[in-house]
Amino acid sequence: MMLALDLTLAALVVVLALWTVVARQTFSAVVGFVAYGLVLALVWVRLQAVDVALTEAALGSGLTGALLLAAATRLRKTESPARLERPSRLIHSVAALVAAGVTAALAIAVLTLPNPAPTLAPDTAANIESTGVHNPLTAVLLAFRAMDTLLEAIVVLFALIGVWSLAPDRAWGGRSGPHHPLDPDGILAFLTRLLTPIGIIVAMYIFWIGADDPGGKFQGAALLAAMWLLTLYAGISDAPRTHGWGLRLALVAGPAVFIAIGFAGVITAGAFLGYPEGLAKPLIVVIEWALFPSLAVALALIVAGVPERDGIPGRDGS
Amino acid sequence: MTDAATLFGLCSALLVGVGVYALIVNPQPLRKLVAFNVVGSGVFLLFGAIARRGAGAGWGGDPVPQALLITGLVVAFCASALAIALLLRLFAESGDASLAPDPIPSADAAAEDH
Repeated sequence: MMLALDLTLAALVVVLALWTVVARQTFSAVVGFVAYGLVLALVWVRLQAVDVALTEAALGSGLTGALLLAAATRLRKTESPARLERPSRLIHSVAALVAAGVTAALAIAVLTLPNPAPTLAPDTAANIESTGVHNPLTAVLLAFRAMDTLLEAIVVLFALIGVWSLAPDRAWGGRSGPHHPLDPDGILAFLTRLLTPIGIIVAMYIFWIGADDPGGKFQGAALLAAMWLLTLYAGISDAPRTHGWGLRLALVAGPAVFIAIGFAGVITAGAFLGYPEGLAKPLIVVIEWALFPSLAVALALIVAGVPERDGIPGRDGS
Repeated sequence: MTDAATLFGLCSALLVGVGVYALIVNPQPLRKLVAFNVVGSGVFLLFGAIARRGAGAGWGGDPVPQALLITGLVVAFCASALAIALLLRLFAESGDASLAPDPIPSADAAAEDH
């Protein structure tokens, strides 16, 4: 029974991946990619990785999908000229050969994986008590491999800086993306008013239970970001000006708290990002609470895109 | 238990193959980006299958690779977002989003960038 489910999921994922390749319109391909991500989230559940499933659904499928859909809409008029530059039959054959080779090599690797599989699960189980959290992923992300998580939070910030720095001079420091006019009686405004409060509660819940059950700041922050983006797209609120100090403070606060606690660890526990005995749980909670809003704002503004209007006056053409 | 890991491991090999093919064959940068994401998710799925094989201590998978997967997904999102921002900027500057050295509908602005 379960094998049938697994086979169906695997077939569905491969078919949807093929659809993203063969679809004529980029927009249809991207819609296929969103569906692909959602089915992939189910695959993660079948692989007993519920935390990863939540991340895949919220970030891999949701936010990436929103970005790709917006880009596909904007680039629609480049589609027909692009169809003319068709690669030659030779390139097709070489690509097929390369792809088949990669697939075969990976398949052989999968079939010859060592048995029993190497695992860090027992080590994690032996040390999880000292962190005070019960979700092993949270323990890994914020205690055993906290350095990765710190760098990841900074990567998110850098991506946002990268996106902002692509702003043209006239929009430097201005608001992200195009302005979306509000249609007060429209279905989008109605749905946004209905869904946003529910989404915020679900996001808070996913964030809150992350210490003990599947969930956490990244998944919650992605959902919170999605709710904010919904209000932006419906025209209920507008994107903030990117040169505002309050906004920049909100973005930097999370990583700054994380780094401060990291350096405090050098003094109190003898290692960067070390936690003193008995204080691990409260420190982890402080880091999570600090990162959660910063990540939500950063993720939302990354999707909102390059500043396009309301720039600082006098920057253009000077 | 090992069955699901092996099945989805083989599935991930197929996904990487499909993605690599599309990455080479499709000339549109946005389609290349989608293909690159398919390759990425295939690699993640392979890693997830390996994590599943490392199940132990009462958990359904090895939590260390699973945690790295979450990090990986977030970083992949960031990279995709930056690529899309670059692409849209290229389009805004040159009115075209082609990667061809001599794009078909004359885009001198794109050529100046190189």
